[in-house]
Amino acid sequence: MITLEHVSKTFTSHGQTVTAVDDVSLEVGEGELHVLIGPSGSGKTTTMRMINCLETPTGGRITVDGRDVQTMNVVDLRRGIGYVIQQGGLFPHFTVADNVAVVPRLLGWPRQKRRQRAEELLALVGLPPELFADRYPRQLSGGQQQRVGVARALAADPPIVLMDEPFGAVDPITRKQLQRELRRIQAEVRKTIVFVTHDIAEAFLLGDRIVLMAEGRIVQNATPADLLRNPADPFVTSFIGEDRGLRSLRFTSLAELAGPAPPGARPNGMILPGTLSILDAGRELAAHRDAAGDGIWVGDTTGQPIGYLTFQQFATVLGESLGDDAETPHDETAHAIHH
Amino acid sequence: MFDDLAASVTFIQENQERFLELLTEHLQLTILSVVIGLLIALPLAVIASRIELLAKPLTWLAAIGQTIPSLAILGLMLPLLGTGFVPSLFALTIRAILPIFLNGYVGIRATDPAIVDAARGMGTGNAQLLLMVELPLASPVIFAGIKTATVQNIGLATLAAFIGGGGLGDLILQGLAMVDAPVLLAGAVPVALLAIVAELGLGRLQRVVVPAGLQSATQ
Ligand SMILES: Nc1ncnc2c1ncn2[C@@H]1O[C@H](COP(=O)(O)OP(=O)(O)OP(=O)(O)O)[C@@H](O)[C@H]1O
Ligand SMILES: [Mg+2]
Repeated sequence: MITLEHVSKTFTSHGQTVTAVDDVSLEVGEGELHVLIGPSGSGKTTTMRMINCLETPTGGRITVDGRDVQTMNVVDLRRGIGYVIQQGGLFPHFTVADNVAVVPRLLGWPRQKRRQRAEELLALVGLPPELFADRYPRQLSGGQQQRVGVARALAADPPIVLMDEPFGAVDPITRKQLQRELRRIQAEVRKTIVFVTHDIAEAFLLGDRIVLMAEGRIVQNATPADLLRNPADPFVTSFIGEDRGLRSLRFTSLAELAGPAPPGARPNGMILPGTLSILDAGRELAAHRDAAGDGIWVGDTTGQPIGYLTFQQFATVLGESLGDDAETPHDETAHAIHH
Repeated sequence: MFDDLAASVTFIQENQERFLELLTEHLQLTILSVVIGLLIALPLAVIASRIELLAKPLTWLAAIGQTIPSLAILGLMLPLLGTGFVPSLFALTIRAILPIFLNGYVGIRATDPAIVDAARGMGTGNAQLLLMVELPLASPVIFAGIKTATVQNIGLATLAAFIGGGGLGDLILQGLAMVDAPVLLAGAVPVALLAIVAELGLGRLQRVVVPAGLQSATQ
């Protein structure tokens, strides 16, 4: 777990003082991925770099697993924290496998074990070791280099990983792919991750929480769903952008929407799991029109009904979220509702 | 000219022993001065790259040092160290320090900051950062400095003859003094050949010494 308590950082250069981070408090729980997002210069990188002591706070306190990072040996601290940067920062004179195994090497692992670990991780990030292990970074594409960067951060199996725009330098398609892979990897390895990005879609895709920063301060720190439903102020709304409604469908679950069933009513059609997002529920309904009953029955994980909403209610939520500019895939969904 | 060359070959054959002795001295002066120069210059370059305050004065000193004529250095050495091999070596070493220091400093400073940042972020200590990252990455530039110093000192080592330091300069001086072209050429031509051989040989060595991942970048 990482905590920041009233952390500030001011830089002084050429007689000018810049407050990069201003009274930031944050708590990143075990196994959670928190996204720091905000305009350029809002202090995201500085906030992150104070966690592994690459910058020293000018105020406040940062702890990792309860220990004040200032009191820890920086080298040991950093070896226990994975670190990925946008520019990649791969060592051009090391092979891919050696790059991945830098921290294990610093930790004194034997050569054999390092190699084995590097190959494991290359496979994990989708780079077949037999093709990539012995190449040099300059022989890789940008996207492949960023995969190596992620593999390198995970090599010594650190509980914490810091990622500063790790997918910033690749084309949108590769980026989407890398994001999906990171989600898959995170589901597998469950690290405590602080992730910096400029890309709001990336934030929603990856974040357990999204921390929106501006001018060194936290504007809002919320789950993706909360951010969509209760944006703290117009800045947040504008930052989240146009397709906010569509996104909120993805982050609102059926269970949150369902009310109690009308007295005496019993399920007479399929029961949808409450964990399903509105968007997925719509898809599900569209796919199984015939199996739907009088209303939408919502169940728990064992299939026991826990709630109910009418098609009208469901359609209203969809309609509100999608507005007039609903995209084609959802027309189908809305259509199914009004059968 | 060709007659002179042929005559100088004959001269070398007739004075084989002396020629080999001078050649050996010449090589000793060159190699020792470059090796000692490297041992002094590289740590200085590291210090300069670490301590901002020292970087400026040291590079200035190196740049100024580079402009003092070698003969002047020899002349200045004379009252302090006298004549012979050692003062010659001393002067040549000073000459070797300059290019190696400058290249070393620039090479280390030119390390991609993102790579240094990543290395630090992963928990490299100061020495590890230097040995694992900065010096290997700077090695093509450092090597270029060594090459410059070597080729330069092969030429400069001829001046050692002025203060009795030996080397092929002896033959050049003798040739000049006696207006004897073949003797002069017997000194000068091998020096030129040595410089070419050093240039090519070090180029080969560079391919062995510089890490493979950097090779194409330096070609
Ligand atoms: N080493 C430094 N010296 C002086 N000022 C700095 C330094 N590092 C950052 N700053 C300043 O602190 C502020 C926050 O910078 P930071 O890099 O944390 O922003 P960021 O949110 O990561 O921006 P970006 O999205 O562009 O990466 C900026 O105004 C920046 O100029
Ligand atoms: Mg940044």
